[in-house]
Amino acid sequence: MKIHACDYTDFRELNQAVGESADETVVIDRCVGQRYIGCGISGKEIQITGTPGNALGAYLDGGTIRLKGNAQDATGDTMNDGKILIDGNSGDAAGYAMRGGKIFIRGDAGYRAGIHMKAYEDKIPVLVIGGKAGSFLGEYQAGGVIIVLGLGAEKTPVGNFCGTGMHGGKIFIRCKRLPHDLPPQVKARRASAEDLSSIEGILSEFCKEFSVSKKELENEHFYLLTPDSANPYKQLYVTN
Amino acid sequence: MLKEGQIRIPSGCAISGIISREGKPINGRDIVESIRVMHDRSNGLGGGFAGYGIYPQYKEHYAFHIFYDTQEAREECERFIDRHFDVINLSKIPTKKIPAITDEPLIWRYFVSPHPTKLADSQLDESEFVARCVFRVNTEIEGAYIFSSGKNMGVFKAVGFPEDVGEFYRLDEYEGYSWTAHGRYPTNTPGWWGGAHPFALLNYSIVHNGEISSYDANRRYMEMFGYRCSLQTDTEVITYIIDYLSRKKGLSLEETANVIAAPFWSTIEKKPEEEKLRLTYLRNKFASLLITGPFSIIVGFEKGLMMLNDRLKLRSAVIGEKDDRVYMASEESAIRAIEPELDKIWAPKGGNPVIVTVNE
Repeated sequence: MKIHACDYTDFRELNQAVGESADETVVIDRCVGQRYIGCGISGKEIQITGTPGNALGAYLDGGTIRLKGNAQDATGDTMNDGKILIDGNSGDAAGYAMRGGKIFIRGDAGYRAGIHMKAYEDKIPVLVIGGKAGSFLGEYQAGGVIIVLGLGAEKTPVGNFCGTGMHGGKIFIRCKRLPHDLPPQVKARRASAEDLSSIEGILSEFCKEFSVSKKELENEHFYLLTPDSANPYKQLYVTN
Repeated sequence: MLKEGQIRIPSGCAISGIISREGKPINGRDIVESIRVMHDRSNGLGGGFAGYGIYPQYKEHYAFHIFYDTQEAREECERFIDRHFDVINLSKIPTKKIPAITDEPLIWRYFVSPHPTKLADSQLDESEFVARCVFRVNTEIEGAYIFSSGKNMGVFKAVGFPEDVGEFYRLDEYEGYSWTAHGRYPTNTPGWWGGAHPFALLNYSIVHNGEISSYDANRRYMEMFGYRCSLQTDTEVITYIIDYLSRKKGLSLEETANVIAAPFWSTIEKKPEEEKLRLTYLRNKFASLLITGPFSIIVGFEKGLMMLNDRLKLRSAVIGEKDDRVYMASEESAIRAIEPELDKIWAPKGGNPVIVTVNE
């Protein structure tokens, strides 16, 4: 099914058309700011060109969203399963509170990517950023895996205050030098062979989706950021 | 109706701006089409626009746009204006009756110059004389509100969705080198015509998305310098802060941004020595003008626009560039709607001002 987004000024009507389509593949072109595309759906592939609105793939529960273009804010907000592929850049708060599934961003991400990601048993969300991430990457991260590849970046590909409030999960950053202002509650080390093998599959998948040479990733090492202990904020706010 | 300060309505907003670096005319239709895309960020309780370079035939005169609740307010205000200014031209602002915009006040426009004798007697410079007259009308004449007072620029605002407000004021009949727009979703305060954005004083105008936690601290400081905040709306105080720092204290817009969205002390600490001294001085000297809380704003000024985020970047902001035009908006889609093929699109960092001016 093919949908011209410009025929729908109201996002509700557009999303209703997507939801009611019996086709497995829905193509949406000329998207201009319609919000919540693919919200809560599963079992479909949605291919989008243009600039979809905020909260693309919010509550996504399976299937795939492919975007050729830039995403705005809060992509994959609270998504549970499925895959969002952005062949472009992302606005702020990509992967906000996601609890499952994968978001791959070919280019750069804005502020607060992966804020409050969480994990539970086999539900381990993954956010991969091909370029640079803005400040507050992984703020309040409670679980899941964030990977920043820094492709094309000359300096450490994250902004200020990376990992602030992090208390679970992992952040991998491909870079020469660690961010200068990591909070004391976060520890960082060079990723070991074992660490890297845990993300091997994800990196292959990312490279395949966006035709990135896997070899290019090998010419720089990865750092791994994790919270300092099970309860790194003990006594930070209250005596506990 | 309960006005600002008498009622609290919790809330979002949309902002957009366009400027031609070569000063080429941009039709008002473009900015209306841009803000229309972000309809869902507003709730119909306010929309507005500022256009610069729109009154070339009167560019030496101040253009007052005034709301009047009653004919009596108009008569009283006009007596005041006649005492203090030479009126070159006056008329109702042309509007189009549409179902989406109702209950409009009387909306008048005056092109004026300060009365030479009054100005000389006041011992004030011209802009200060005009600003004080604006404050006097807005605080002392019941039912009269000067909501635009610059030269060769004008604000157009109302209660309604911004795209309807643009149609109401027939903005497709105006052309200017820059425009800003606002769609309102009132934060804490009710929507009324005077409370819509942009807020303007002299040539400065502000559109704002956000909520300022430091409002009262900022307001109390500004009142020491004669700026009377009569609307209890946070955006009003930003307008006065920009006017105070830029026009009165002579700070550059970059310096003004370093005051209102000052970097954290921890960030300043890591700067090179000279920059550290400069930023420390500005933070200490104007400590009460730090604006905290989430905001993205577009400041309109003579021959330019500035976009600025709070230092934590708690509101979205995107910049697009195409040939001589620069676009600024809350969302990329609002830019793509009027210019699908951009040379460049990027997001400014929190606290880093983006200033674009018309080439001289």
